[in-house]
Amino acid sequence: MIEMIDVKKTYPNGVSAIGGINVKIKPGEFVYVVGTSGAGKSTFIKMMYREERPTSGNIIVNGVSLPKLRNTKVPLFRRNIGVVFQDYKLLQTLSVYENVAFAMEVIESTPAQIKKRVMEVLELVGLKHKVRMLPSELSGGEQQRISIARSIVNSPKIVIADEPTGNLDPETSWEIMNIFEQINKNGTTVVMATHNRDIVNNMPHRVIAIEDGQIVRDEQRGEYGYEN
Amino acid sequence: MKIRTFNRHLRESGKNLSRNGWMTFASVSAVTVTLLLVGVFFVIMMNLNHIASNVEKDVEVKVYLDPAASEDDRELLEQQLTQLKEVEKVSYSPKEEELTQLIKDLGDDGDAFKLFEQDNPLRNAFILKTKVPEDVIPVAKSVKEYHYVQDVVYGEGYVEKLFNVVETARNIGIVLIIGLLFTAMFLISNTIKITIMARKREIEIMRLVGATNSFIRWPFFLEGLWLGVLGSIIPIALIAASYSYLYNYLTPLISIKFVDFLPVSPFVYQISAILIILGGLIGVWGSLMSVRKFLKI
Repeated sequence: MIEMIDVKKTYPNGVSAIGGINVKIKPGEFVYVVGTSGAGKSTFIKMMYREERPTSGNIIVNGVSLPKLRNTKVPLFRRNIGVVFQDYKLLQTLSVYENVAFAMEVIESTPAQIKKRVMEVLELVGLKHKVRMLPSELSGGEQQRISIARSIVNSPKIVIADEPTGNLDPETSWEIMNIFEQINKNGTTVVMATHNRDIVNNMPHRVIAIEDGQIVRDEQRGEYGYEN
Repeated sequence: MKIRTFNRHLRESGKNLSRNGWMTFASVSAVTVTLLLVGVFFVIMMNLNHIASNVEKDVEVKVYLDPAASEDDRELLEQQLTQLKEVEKVSYSPKEEELTQLIKDLGDDGDAFKLFEQDNPLRNAFILKTKVPEDVIPVAKSVKEYHYVQDVVYGEGYVEKLFNVVETARNIGIVLIIGLLFTAMFLISNTIKITIMARKREIEIMRLVGATNSFIRWPFFLEGLWLGVLGSIIPIALIAASYSYLYNYLTPLISIKFVDFLPVSPFVYQISAILIILGGLIGVWGSLMSVRKFLKI
């Protein structure tokens, strides 16, 4: 599903973010990526959806070799990956419904398909009753749920989340994590970068720890392992 | 592209224009001001050019015949002149006609020349019109060498100067118009860039959910087109109205030879078409230029 072979990434300004990583993530896995700030977590994750290209090595996601992937093919590749961010990345001028439908319009689904599927995912994240509201009228947790709904609306095989609970209080974080757990149970691979020790320790899954651009620990049902 | 998708882009472009109301207003104003300048300039240029062409068209070569030439010689020469490829028209003007023309041209003073009607000192002449005004100079030079040609007159010195002036005026005009258009494009691309900065997030999200670059570009393309077309309305209305007013007002007042203006129809329609196309082009160009930077992956 996701495979990195001797991946290195050095930014144009000379900063080395990733220095030789080998990793394999199988279909249906739930993986936490942990590490201190600046350890290379974000770069590691960004390379999976080809926001960043590796300087050397190979990355294969969904059978696509990313370093060789032409720019024009990136949009098609992205349609099989959902991405969730700490800051939700919602369009403030669009309603809850429109924000989610947007991802389907982009791939030119029919209006009937869009309506059916958007309501489905909004039900999954528990926001079916707020479809007409604007993001600004909702709480942080609710906004993150819209963002999750958008990431899965096109039924991707992989969902990548970069600190999805970073801006949320503990209780809301658990609600969000339960949604991810549900998504994972439905067969979607989830890769999540996180700083949340509580969640990693109490909802155990595979943990990949990154330090100075290297994988220092990779355990099934691992622990967070850092002091918060 | 599916029709449904195109409709979506159309809707989207309209929504974006009203959502970014002030920026739309700013961009449209930028187009309006520049097109007004370009338009007024264009009208002046085209009319000056028209007048210059009138003057140029009046340039002709007069070929005076040797008085010793017989009727046959005259016919032979006429044939030779007609065969010149630069020459459009050859007309014969016998000396009687030349005298009548002279008397007429001089007005009251011309009466003094009526005495010569008995013993005409003028010469028979051919009048040549060239297809391209600038060709009078080489034509005059070569015709001078022909048999039975006594003299060739084409306003030497004066004609060269005229061509120079017309040429310079045209070049300056073209340079100024191109300069104005570039200014307009940068003005518009900057205004649109500001609106796009605000929509960076939207583009970012579109790219994340797998929108192709052309899908992202379309609404911006249409927006630019609207901005340009909307911006051309006021300049078109103002220029069309004031041109027809000035044309009707000035034409009866001016009775100088060569000086007349391009008739309102079809000139006003031509300039309207030019302005609307220019508006659309600079709008689209400005819009696509500013979105380009966000589409690099």
